[in-house]
Amino acid sequence: MSEKVLEIEHLVKRFDDLTVLNDISLDVHEGEVIVVVGPSGCGKSTLLRCINALEEIQGGEIRLKGEAVSKKSRNLPEIRQKIGMVFQSYELFPHLNVLDNITLAPTKVQKRSREEAAEEALALLSRVGLQEKAGSFPRQLSGGQKQRVAIVRALCMHPEILLFDEVTAALDPEMVREVLDVILGLAEQGKTMIIVTHEMQFARAVADKVIFLDEGVIKEEGDPDQFFDHPKTERAKEFLRTFTFERKHSHS
Amino acid sequence: MFSEMFLKLWDNGLIQLGVWETVYMTVLSTALSYCIGLPLGVILNITDKEGIQPLPLLNRILGLIVNFFRSIPFIILMVAMLPVAKLIVGVSLGNKAMIVMLVIAASPYVARMVESSLKEVDAGVIEAAQSMGTNNLQIVWKVLLPEAKPSLITGAVISMVTILGYSAMAATIGGTGLGQIAISYGHQRFNPDVTWCCVFLTVIIVQIIQEAGNRIARRTDKRYRA
Repeated sequence: MSEKVLEIEHLVKRFDDLTVLNDISLDVHEGEVIVVVGPSGCGKSTLLRCINALEEIQGGEIRLKGEAVSKKSRNLPEIRQKIGMVFQSYELFPHLNVLDNITLAPTKVQKRSREEAAEEALALLSRVGLQEKAGSFPRQLSGGQKQRVAIVRALCMHPEILLFDEVTAALDPEMVREVLDVILGLAEQGKTMIIVTHEMQFARAVADKVIFLDEGVIKEEGDPDQFFDHPKTERAKEFLRTFTFERKHSHS
Repeated sequence: MFSEMFLKLWDNGLIQLGVWETVYMTVLSTALSYCIGLPLGVILNITDKEGIQPLPLLNRILGLIVNFFRSIPFIILMVAMLPVAKLIVGVSLGNKAMIVMLVIAASPYVARMVESSLKEVDAGVIEAAQSMGTNNLQIVWKVLLPEAKPSLITGAVISMVTILGYSAMAATIGGTGLGQIAISYGHQRFNPDVTWCCVFLTVIIVQIIQEAGNRIARRTDKRYRA
């Protein structure tokens, strides 16, 4: 088996008295694509936010290549550079154009030269079909374009792992495709990723492993075909049924 | 048509001097108030419990000091701060002393304006910056201040107009400028045309500040401009 990139051990996350994640353990290996599915409020997004130390954790441990990831880590900025995150609502900097959005962190945080960062940014932009948008401002882009820029922004930091937090949930249906295609491309390149999504067809296509999260615990994990065709738990069956539609009475 | 007093003031260039003194006091006081108020506002914002570096105790103490100065009416604060002005610039009369008073009164006001402008910056954008490994100093310089720029400029215009109003009040304890002309030559010597002239000139100054500020704010705002 390839090297472990991320290790999560007995992670517990509580908001005051509410336990959102309860004893989550998960290993992510180099090049692996993990898809996390589950009903709203099951803790999927919180899990990603914990991995990036945007949330404080109340128990357990998260390690990236052996280094502890925690809000209290002294070298948190260095660790976070290695964890790319793409958000549901893009979170591009509204006052910076596309190119500056992408190169801000590489130049200011990683202290790379502006020329080198811009060159890579343009190359990545052309890979996602947005090279001519380098000088545009976020407000001039469609949702799908913004999200592709956000993905490029994360990629340009050369992260060890990429986290996708329901990145198509705010998009119009016809824009979902262009974003998912980009993510599929990244999977083919062997990027290590954790993807939270409600797009079940996509989940099945992209995942090496599916995690089914419900009420803050991992109820099922395994091979995508196995999970989608023969879910083991009653809860997972019930969840998957919400994505299929049947007419009870046909017109005669 | 004009009173003798008005013509005398005009011919001697006193009204023109009053305009200059008002503008000079306002601009200098605003600039100095931002030297204190901008960093103070940034500290208030980032040390808030929702901020990027929560420090509840420091936030409470600074908040209390700011509130203390903000709750004193300017005219009372001015009188109370006369000894402080004397300590800082050596005199308790004239425009130098008035500028000290204006800065003491306006800095806490500016700090709150800055704090509220920074609060408008989308928390998600700050998280995105954090997720890429930016430290707090980089977030302040590269995200918070640039993203809040249009709002900061709008706030600066409001602050400047407020300080202009304060500067007229400073005339009652020895400041100069249009406020002093209106009070001592217009009001106290019964020359309403002098008073109205000061009013008119003040309105013009405010309009110029407002219009210039609006233009700069519009130019820096990249969010909505088509």
